[in-house]
Amino acid sequence: MNQALTSKRITLGEGGLTLVFTLTTVLCVYAAIFAKDAPFAFHAALGAAFSAWAVFAIITRYSRRTGLPPQEINGVPNYNLGPIKFLSFMAMFWGIAGFTVGLYIALELAYPGLNVAQWVNFGRLRPLHTSAVVFAFGGNVLLATSFYVVQRTTRARIAGDLAPWFVAIGYNFFIVIAGTGYLLGVTQSKEYAEPEWYADLWLTIVWVVYLLVFVATLMKRKEPHIYVANWFYLAFILTIAVLHLGNNPTLPVSLLGSKSYIAWAGVQDAMFQWWYGHNAVGFFLTAGFLAIMYYFIPKRAERPVYSYRLSIIHFWALIFLYIWAGPHHLHYTALPDWTQTLGMTFSIMLWMPSWGGMINGLMTLSGAWDKLRTDPVLRMMVVSVAFYGMSTFEGPMMAIKAVNSLSHYTDWTVGHVHSGALGWVGFVSFGALYCLVPWVWGRKQLYSLRLVNWHFWIATLGIVLYISAMWVSGILQGLMWRAYTSLGFLEYSFIETVEAMHPFYAIRAAGGGLFLIGALIMAYNLWMTVRVGESSEAQPRVALQAAE
Amino acid sequence: MKAIISVENFVSSFVTVWWTPLFMVIFFAIVAYALWPKNKTAFDDAARMPLRED
Repeated sequence: MNQALTSKRITLGEGGLTLVFTLTTVLCVYAAIFAKDAPFAFHAALGAAFSAWAVFAIITRYSRRTGLPPQEINGVPNYNLGPIKFLSFMAMFWGIAGFTVGLYIALELAYPGLNVAQWVNFGRLRPLHTSAVVFAFGGNVLLATSFYVVQRTTRARIAGDLAPWFVAIGYNFFIVIAGTGYLLGVTQSKEYAEPEWYADLWLTIVWVVYLLVFVATLMKRKEPHIYVANWFYLAFILTIAVLHLGNNPTLPVSLLGSKSYIAWAGVQDAMFQWWYGHNAVGFFLTAGFLAIMYYFIPKRAERPVYSYRLSIIHFWALIFLYIWAGPHHLHYTALPDWTQTLGMTFSIMLWMPSWGGMINGLMTLSGAWDKLRTDPVLRMMVVSVAFYGMSTFEGPMMAIKAVNSLSHYTDWTVGHVHSGALGWVGFVSFGALYCLVPWVWGRKQLYSLRLVNWHFWIATLGIVLYISAMWVSGILQGLMWRAYTSLGFLEYSFIETVEAMHPFYAIRAAGGGLFLIGALIMAYNLWMTVRVGESSEAQPRVALQAAE
Repeated sequence: MKAIISVENFVSSFVTVWWTPLFMVIFFAIVAYALWPKNKTAFDDAARMPLRED
């Protein structure tokens, strides 16, 4: 590298962050000593250790570096791949952790004796599972791919020197605080928004920096046009910021304690919570992963996007419609009836933009369908888009009040969520990571396509077992709950419906177990790709793996 | 206090009356932009962006 032309100087970011983290260390030590409750003391101690480490890391990095990395080398953008490597590794790590916890709670439902201690009972592990798979696994995949895609499609090095690292490490520190909090019983009790006020504040800072890094990279772009994947990423980042701020205006009981209360109560809180909750699905689990679809599928299939016009129309339709769909989580509750109907109507209309995205993703393969036979990575991503189509058909249907009266509070909802989460989000993430890891580590190809094939089939079988068990279980449950005798009494007691679920819970756990095995195969494959994979710059072209 | 209420009334009546038509107009303008024949070559070019290597 041809830097070091300018004299070495401490940057504003390095100086500022050192100062901020030094102050944070002092504050956290104070908070840990005078904490009102033990979990808060533990988190403050973690915060102190993390801040002190950050100061140490920034100073060490400064003493070792010569100049700042150049923006371009010989006219080619000098892409910043370090944070992407870290985020890909963390994604795989949290993925396996989250799937394992999911398997354990599935087994707890089938065999309640597994609730052996308060730290591992279902109530505490369930948010650990959902946050680990959605925010830790999914979040790290989104951060990694967004940092990669925005650099590639703007032909510019990502903005900031320390800022991308701050986002990458800071986000994972948030996950550690949130996850350990659940195990210790710290929770706001709002689904997908369980972390308490201090974790929320930290996430706000990290997320604003993420937005700034992303926007600043777009602003220094060398390509005049902003590629469609970047609109989806931007919508994801911006909307998650708004949702997070909207759903978490809480007042802590004490600035030295973990407990807080929300500014509003009752049905307003419920309404806000599901405005947040459903749009977290819409903008985190949909818009973000559609961005992945729009970059990785064309790239892997070596085909242009089927219809760029459709991508514009379905993007804006999604933006205009999604934000209204939340009330379908509150059918037949204290929420005003008109609001429920509004939520239902917008949920049904959402079917169109969703399928617009699905059609665009699938049809991008036109002229390259044969690749599905030979490339299991592409097959994984295409199947994910098919699952996206399926679950976005099922969702609007379940949002219809008459259907919802049967499906709500049953396992059907759980099955629906998992066909989206395992099939769509999981598979498109796996596909993206299978592409990304060889690219950012400079490997010619994956260690083994055969292992990808194994992963694909084992995980697909797992998903099919999972969702079919939940369909049967959910509909059975719903029908048993509403069954009356000829005299007008409820036919079944609640515990009888629970008993009837047992075989389906066992099948579901088996499906989840298969999905986890697939992820373990993937982790091994990626590890070996990095360790022994042939460098993409190596001259002799020898195939490392047997042809499929 | 009264002033605040009247501002709220103005905002809420403006929103209830104009929100839907305003958003419809914006959305149809976007659709027109997407389908405008002149823009086709630019969009076809953009569709190939991931495939360009440096």
